[in-house]
Amino acid sequence: MPYASNLQKLFDNKDFVITSEVSSPDASTHSTLIERLDHLKHSCDAINATDASGAHCHMSSMAASKIMIDQGIEPILQISCRDRNRIAIQGDVIGAHALGIRNILCLTGDGVETGDHPEAKAVFDLDSITLLQTISHIKNTGTFLSGRKLENQPDLFLGAASNPFAPPFDFRPFRLQKKIEAGCQFIQTQYCFDIPRLKSFMETARDLGLDKQCHILVGVGPLKSAATAEWITKNVPGVVIPDETIGLLRRTPKESQIQEGKKICIDIINQVRSIEGIAGVHIMAYLLDHLVPEIVSESILDKEVKSRKSGN
Amino acid sequence: MQTARLRLLEISYEISRSILHRLKPVFRQNRVTSTVFIGIETVTKKPLFNCKMCGQCILHSTGMVCPMNCPKNLRNGPCGGVRQNGNCEIQPTMKCVWVRAWDQSKKMRNHQKDIYTIQKPLDRRLTGTSAWLNDIHSSTR
Ligand code: SF4
Repeated sequence: MPYASNLQKLFDNKDFVITSEVSSPDASTHSTLIERLDHLKHSCDAINATDASGAHCHMSSMAASKIMIDQGIEPILQISCRDRNRIAIQGDVIGAHALGIRNILCLTGDGVETGDHPEAKAVFDLDSITLLQTISHIKNTGTFLSGRKLENQPDLFLGAASNPFAPPFDFRPFRLQKKIEAGCQFIQTQYCFDIPRLKSFMETARDLGLDKQCHILVGVGPLKSAATAEWITKNVPGVVIPDETIGLLRRTPKESQIQEGKKICIDIINQVRSIEGIAGVHIMAYLLDHLVPEIVSESILDKEVKSRKSGN
Repeated sequence: MQTARLRLLEISYEISRSILHRLKPVFRQNRVTSTVFIGIETVTKKPLFNCKMCGQCILHSTGMVCPMNCPKNLRNGPCGGVRQNGNCEIQPTMKCVWVRAWDQSKKMRNHQKDIYTIQKPLDRRLTGTSAWLNDIHSSTR
């Protein structure tokens, strides 16, 4: 079977996949982005280029993806529905393909209210599911939504996000099922700090056979300090950090909280590894990129990376 | 009580839809019928559902909760930002539209499973038109 991307091939080989994400810089030059990527590139299989995450303006995900390709890194292009309508998005999709981008992550996106331009017009012409449908349509028929024909049929590997940790909890697996029906081939979850909640989500997902139809990556990441954890809980929609985790950080002396945060992350990865139906982890280390190689080498993931290197 | 009200809404939906479909030949799509229908829909669906007149009604798929009240206009389920208390990410004092839709759709008699159906992208040209007329003349499918 021909693969749209190397990422797809890794999943098919049953490798435990490691993805990460880079925050696009507030810069009109390469250097900061490349610096951030240098920390990640040897520890991850593919890296998300975020699309104005948190509704803040940054370098575009398309440009960041192209810079990754030039650096020999496999990008996952994030497309959010907040800032562009179906005309702009379809143009971006084929443009991305022309640049060599093969993995696309389809997101609804945060509201403009959470960002630094709350006065902007939120678009939301599509939502994550109709976005998946739209790109699948282009991919499967070689035509735009309007029916107008493209010269070729782009070959793409489509992903989406899922948040098992936000209500209504019992609807979440069914929403994932809808995404799969709409063409989703892999998902990355929101930050996981709550293993029991993840396990119950996975139980239903397995009952529905979702883990067989779609590769599930669990989102993880290090917390810098107790104060950061509290700030995230208050300000980042959909991220839930249990009180015990925050308490644990609080009881740790300030200067070693970052180490404790890393330990918690490693511990979660090690637990996630043994849950049936999970295909890998997605490490989000917002501005803590330098910790990612340590997280990988000090966790159970080390074996994966080493066995992959010896296998190749 | 909640459930009884929901049943009533579901039944009214089913009855009115079947009557409208039967009367299809009577309702030509012209200015007068449109205006009358838009008027009726506005005075009934606005107070009942805070209807936004998207012109492509899917209330039976969303537990009779109008999804256009979601600030992101989501029609296929909740975003990932729903707060732990079930309130909206964007409007913290409002219950998430999809938390209500999911709850209520579990209580529906004949349309319980409709929430699993994938909704197509909205046709924005139909905003402000009569969803009932669009439905009987199938301009959305
Ligand atoms: S929290 Fe619910 S109502 Fe608010 S934007 Fe998300 S899906 Fe819509």
